[in-house]
Amino acid sequence: MNPVSSNYYDFFGLEHKLDLDLPDLEKRFYSLSRQYHPDRYTLKSREEQQYALDATAILNDAYRTLRDPLARAEYLLKENGFDIGEQGSKNVPPELLEEVFELNMALEELRGGDDSARPALEEARKKFVAMREQIDSDLRGQFTEYDRARDRNVLAEIRGILNRRRYVRNLVNEVEKELTGAAA
Amino acid sequence: MTPIQIDFGKQERVVGIDLGTTNSLVGYMDAAQHPSVIPGEDGDKLVPSVVTLTRKGDVIVGNKARAALIDEPDRTVYSIKRLMGRGAGDVQEELKLFPFRIAEGSESVIRIQLGERTFTPPEISAFILRQLKKNAEAFLGEPVTKAVVTVPAYFNDAQRQATKDAGRIAGMDVLRLVNEPTAAALAYGLDKRRDGIVAVYDLGGGTFDISILKLHDGIFEVLATNGDTHLGGDDIDNRLIHIALEDVHSEWGKDISHYGDAVQTLRRAVIEAKERLSFVPATNIEFAYKGKKYQREITREVFEKLIADIVDRTLGPCRNCIKDAGVAVEQIDEVVLVGGSTRIPMVRNAVETLFRAKPHTDLNPDEVVALGAAVQAGILSGTVENQLLLDVTPLSLGIETMGGVVSKLIHRNSTIPASATETFTTAVDGQRNVLIHVLQGERELAKDNRSLARFDLKDIDPLPAGMARIEVRFLIDANGILNVTARDARTGKEQSVDIKPSYGLTDEQVEAMISESIDRAEEDFRARQVAEARVEADRILAAVDKAKQNDAYLDLTDQERNDITRALNELLVVYHSDDHLLIRAKIEQLNNLTMKLAENMINTAVSSALKGTKI
Repeated sequence: MNPVSSNYYDFFGLEHKLDLDLPDLEKRFYSLSRQYHPDRYTLKSREEQQYALDATAILNDAYRTLRDPLARAEYLLKENGFDIGEQGSKNVPPELLEEVFELNMALEELRGGDDSARPALEEARKKFVAMREQIDSDLRGQFTEYDRARDRNVLAEIRGILNRRRYVRNLVNEVEKELTGAAA
Repeated sequence: MTPIQIDFGKQERVVGIDLGTTNSLVGYMDAAQHPSVIPGEDGDKLVPSVVTLTRKGDVIVGNKARAALIDEPDRTVYSIKRLMGRGAGDVQEELKLFPFRIAEGSESVIRIQLGERTFTPPEISAFILRQLKKNAEAFLGEPVTKAVVTVPAYFNDAQRQATKDAGRIAGMDVLRLVNEPTAAALAYGLDKRRDGIVAVYDLGGGTFDISILKLHDGIFEVLATNGDTHLGGDDIDNRLIHIALEDVHSEWGKDISHYGDAVQTLRRAVIEAKERLSFVPATNIEFAYKGKKYQREITREVFEKLIADIVDRTLGPCRNCIKDAGVAVEQIDEVVLVGGSTRIPMVRNAVETLFRAKPHTDLNPDEVVALGAAVQAGILSGTVENQLLLDVTPLSLGIETMGGVVSKLIHRNSTIPASATETFTTAVDGQRNVLIHVLQGERELAKDNRSLARFDLKDIDPLPAGMARIEVRFLIDANGILNVTARDARTGKEQSVDIKPSYGLTDEQVEAMISESIDRAEEDFRARQVAEARVEADRILAAVDKAKQNDAYLDLTDQERNDITRALNELLVVYHSDDHLLIRAKIEQLNNLTMKLAENMINTAVSSALKGTKI
């Protein structure tokens, strides 16, 4: 029973990179599952069972994190000391101030039963979805850049993009909730 | 030097059990490594999940108990699975439709009144498990103590815990709880497709599950699961019963809905009619009670109108499951149907329409879960090597935070085992305890989710407010059951956690029930073995008695005759002991000493037969 690493990258035997080959990750996940899954330890000693349980819990948590590019980036940022996560997403990114102000007005109107705000909201939704796509494309570029240069400044950049993305995502969710909720 | 002794022993057998709402089954892997269902004493593979307490105080399970539903409705219970892991407060709806007699004083744990005694749902389920264990032992001729037990995928923590408790009370080591649709996929996938995406639609007697799996070279990875733990064939039966009761009320001028025996007889009648309607376009519900007769024709068309909303209720979870799995409908290669209710043509059509694929029905929908449980049992005991199940937790796990809002720690559809660590601190100077309320569900507010338990972190070192750091680890194991451990992050020492489950039995309660029942279970097993040994002894004693009349007996030497007489007396001496091994040993001895006699008798028989033959 060799102790397993609690570091997600190390557990998978991967370099600490932001761009990962997902089919390769899945292959590693299946193979490691075959090795550590509690089903393989059912008739073993209590210690070995606990070992399998703990190792597989890390493995599953790791796979969940690494296969999702955003969670993966958050994880790598945290590893590198950029640990502000949620906090950053509560502040409105300055470049979005005006849009968010208008959006909130429209949301208020719709909530107040004024259906004429609907087209404006549809418009806003499209705009924010497009914005999110742009952010995702920026992120991919930065991922490649970081993997190449291993530059902390790139990580700082990614930190900012992730915060902006979370903020935009919340906006999209909120608008969609209002639009479908009001229609129902 | 003494060589090291390695006891390879005999691999202990693990059976697979489908503990169903309506029927329960036990399966095993046969010598050829094929899953197979074990029949009961009456030859029936399905053991009705019905338990009755006779007036003599014996517990009877299965087909015989089903008969008692009509004769002794107050001493008989069915569909107990609906009450597993639930509190008295949340079964009020159930009570309108099911004749459960809840004993007074039931709160976080329900107690069911059977005659003069009361039992918790895990105890009643344990009676069913014990019957299955007995069936397996009789069939396999060896003690059975280890099992895989299936549960609906959408069962919450308390329902899973209650099922595990039932196993413990029945004297079984439940090695794993497996989700029913996943088990079904295992049964199907064993010799079918190697790769692809499969949906399993499981509509049983009382529960509905939908799971979507990715199959890859022996790995069964559940992508998402959804369902409703209170939706199934029972609901359809209740609709039909309701209509018939109204008819009877107006035709006979009498409301019979409070007569347990009448309702149970009627229940039987509507179930039979429902089952026929899957094969014919129209049938009659026929029912007689105290000399009066009721009959009503029901067409499939009327039936379908009646159950349309029930079938419809399964589709929402299906759509959500597809979405959560992150697949498009077109990517789903196959749909597998599980559970007796999927025999209904309307259900099949609905599934076919939604998934745009013809569902698979090659395996008996009543047996497929038990077969899959047997496969999983094979995986755990190491006899099935290439297969591995990766299942998920059906519900998100969270803790209550300020303002009654839930903070999610482990999201639904996370592969299990899954864990999350959260650090807690104190709010006032010198605070010694922190109470953590753990919930399961998808809603924002704590009050809308299922309360699992309250964990009390005790004996925290007294420190200024906010200085203590208690790291709590929430771990959902491979059974889908939550384990909580805590440690003081400053000192690294283990922090004691006091668990108060919101529903269900405490460990002490389960222990008490186990010690009471294990004795009995062992007693039962031994009694059966002794009875079997005595039957064997009777057989050989009768044979020897008869042989003494034979000429061949006189041909033996005095010594040989003396030996036989001595062995015979020794067998008679141990006959009434309760040591089956001793009885068997004496049978063996007598058997060996009469070997020559038996041979001689055959020879005599042959030669006398020849003598009698005219040439």
